[in-house]
Amino acid sequence: MATRGLRVLAKSSTPLLRRTLSNSISETRPCARILDAECSGAAALPARGSCGVPARSYGSATNRTADTELSKNWSKTPPAARRLSGEPEKAFSDDEDHEILDYPGAKTNFTHEMTFIPETAAEPVPCFRLLNDFGQPLPWAKLPQMDAELATKIYRNMVNLQTMDAIFYEAQRQGRFSFYLTTHGEEAINIASAAALSPQDVVFTQYREPGILMWRGFTMQDFADQCFGNAADLGKGRQMPVHYGSRELNCPTLSSPIATQLPQAVGAAYGLKMSRKDACSVAYFGDGASSEGDFHAALNFAAILETPTIFICRNNGWAISTPTNDQFRSDGIVVKGRGYGIRSIRVDGMDTLALYCAVKEARKIAIEESRPVLIEALSYRVGHHSTSDDSSKYRKKAEIEHWKLVRDPVNRFKKWIEAQGWWDAKSEKAIRSEARSSVIAAMNKAGQKQKPELSNLFTDVYDSLPSNLREQELQLRDVIAKYPRGYPTDVPL
Amino acid sequence: MLGAIRRRVGGPQSLLNTVLKCKSGLEPTAAAWTSGGRRNASEMTVRDALNSAIDEEMAADSKVFIIGEEVGEYQGAYKVTKGLLQKFGPDRVLDTPITEAGFTGIGVGSAFYGLKPIVEFMTFNFAMQAIDHIINSAAKTHYMSGGKIEVPIVFRGPNGAAAGVAAQHSQCFAAWYGACPGLKVLAPYNAEDARGLLKAAIRDPDPVVFLENELMYGETFTVSDEVLDPSFTLPIGKAKVERQGTDLTMTAFSKMVGTCLKAAEELAKEGISVEVINLRSIRPLDRATINASVRKTSRLLTVEEGWPQHGVGAEICASVVEQSFEYLDAPIERICGADVPMPYAANLERLAVPQLEDIIRAAKRVCYRSTQQRAAA
Repeated sequence: MATRGLRVLAKSSTPLLRRTLSNSISETRPCARILDAECSGAAALPARGSCGVPARSYGSATNRTADTELSKNWSKTPPAARRLSGEPEKAFSDDEDHEILDYPGAKTNFTHEMTFIPETAAEPVPCFRLLNDFGQPLPWAKLPQMDAELATKIYRNMVNLQTMDAIFYEAQRQGRFSFYLTTHGEEAINIASAAALSPQDVVFTQYREPGILMWRGFTMQDFADQCFGNAADLGKGRQMPVHYGSRELNCPTLSSPIATQLPQAVGAAYGLKMSRKDACSVAYFGDGASSEGDFHAALNFAAILETPTIFICRNNGWAISTPTNDQFRSDGIVVKGRGYGIRSIRVDGMDTLALYCAVKEARKIAIEESRPVLIEALSYRVGHHSTSDDSSKYRKKAEIEHWKLVRDPVNRFKKWIEAQGWWDAKSEKAIRSEARSSVIAAMNKAGQKQKPELSNLFTDVYDSLPSNLREQELQLRDVIAKYPRGYPTDVPL
Repeated sequence: MLGAIRRRVGGPQSLLNTVLKCKSGLEPTAAAWTSGGRRNASEMTVRDALNSAIDEEMAADSKVFIIGEEVGEYQGAYKVTKGLLQKFGPDRVLDTPITEAGFTGIGVGSAFYGLKPIVEFMTFNFAMQAIDHIINSAAKTHYMSGGKIEVPIVFRGPNGAAAGVAAQHSQCFAAWYGACPGLKVLAPYNAEDARGLLKAAIRDPDPVVFLENELMYGETFTVSDEVLDPSFTLPIGKAKVERQGTDLTMTAFSKMVGTCLKAAEELAKEGISVEVINLRSIRPLDRATINASVRKTSRLLTVEEGWPQHGVGAEICASVVEQSFEYLDAPIERICGADVPMPYAANLERLAVPQLEDIIRAAKRVCYRSTQQRAAA
């Protein structure tokens, strides 16, 4: 008689063993065990099977109940910030099998119901926002403490960023430098998040976040010098345009391969944790980057090592021409946080105030609790992927125009600060023209500066110049001396 | 407590360890962990040489830490990190999930921040899953950041052919990493090399790829007191002439150095005096020592286990042809692994890797191609 060592308990009996389940354990789905019909006591339990399995309420032990609860409460509760928090779900109800599974991979209750967790929850994760599309506070919104000075500083930086992007993009088109990409539509993500961080937080960017540097003090001239690759470029003319970095401002130089900065941020956070600094590391990335293996490894590791890392995903709907539906089938990136045991939130990435709040809170969690946090900031990539792209080839111009004009995050925040009485048309005119003239001046100056001198071709490959490179440099100088006409005139020897 | 008792595999202490392993601080001390590697002060296995090097560098600098699979609780997949978790704790010796890309990226990120990670790959074959981080994140960053970001990281692990582990566990990566500017690539042969080069690598501010050899881990070598001193390091970029000779120069690295030395013994009986150079450093390659030797002997045989095309031997040939062409009395020969993925069957594997006989035959060929025939015995 095949008993297989199963112990079947009658519904009303008290559990044989009850152990305290930790946070993560209580969230584990009950393990469905299929009983042999010939086992003694099997007849006492309801029949299993894919059809005719009654919808049982197990408290919130199954997703089905959780989803019904969510949808039930959807219209009643104000859309307060709903976080996929680390809090344990409610205790299992009494009429469940109480035998506890003790496999090393999962500690949870058993269930005789064979229930597949649906591939997606009944309702998508709600999106935290405080201001509506017209910059007006939503009725139940709890706005952050923000004075005129901070709010206008944020706004000014957003305008500078927007202006710099527009002018530099055109400059590339005119052949002033080889490449550029813009942050149109994501100005709020850039500046609001930067404003919520501290200068000592180490920030690893993808490439669409120059606003972080701008907030921290990178000047228009610094940006222009890097794009032109001139002698004043901190990167000594070695990187493509927009590949900014500043040791002083705690932003490691960005690198092109997608998502590599994610595990790097975790490593840096580990260092911060070991040195017990009041700082966290921050990693920005796009919706496309979440497909990379490094995304998985980084989030998994951050959770295991318990590093103070904030992962900020700019879900702007497009990875070059790949829309999000071709990138993943999950409900965005926010739900993936739970897959790694990471607290997550979805925020309106075009709402400056909501972003500011979320990042500030995330930083507090990350540092005080020494754990990673995932923020998914929804937005729209108004510009092309880069100057190498023409997005009208894969999306409608009308769609782009709508997001550009109607849903502009800069304009939305302007409406709010105007309503506070901190901004007016005069200030707007002044800042727009000031931004424009400073960008153009920086660009012209950068274009006139000399390129880095020849020795920079060979330095910094290693910590100290090796003999073979010294030889190569001497050889090169010999060749140049012999054939000066073949050598560019704007590279100083 | 269920799950609290972890299985320990290998070594006479395994049963003792199983019993003692609890979070109650009853772990055996690091001293109890050494098992038979040091019979007396002047003999040491390569494994213990590596272990002592890491141990001393971690004790000297709190920024040094180890990250990799099985480096902690398991005492290292090849026991190279034995005892270190017990001595330095889980903050400094990190066991990782299975993701080379993940922990390599994390290592690089921590190096950007200012720590000094030692990233262990169970074999460099698995490092291919992390090679973007090794090249694009580690090797190139100092240059691309305008010298602002340093990457003082060491990537180490077994490289090349072992025994009976077939194609995906037997590739030699010396040529691939050796091609990349921004990296330093080292390949120790004996215990002295292992200690001196690994210490130098850990102290070096540049990213270093440290290619060990699984079959050499258990080999014992005599070491001097100088080598045992905690301040002992070897210079990176200098080869060592292991054996002086006058008729033929052989270059080799890692395990093949031993085979070349044996070949030299055999060839000496036939009157051929071989100079054996232990490269020690693949990048930077010690072209000066190699060329000086070839100018002395006029003949060159390069030996490696890796594939022939674009191999280490190819670079050495090019260097000698460029710098010492007039001194050559015979064409250079390269002895390499067969140009196939490593087979599993023992007989086929033996044919795919250079053997003693192959080297001796090649040496004789190189010696007989001269217009001034050297008298053979």
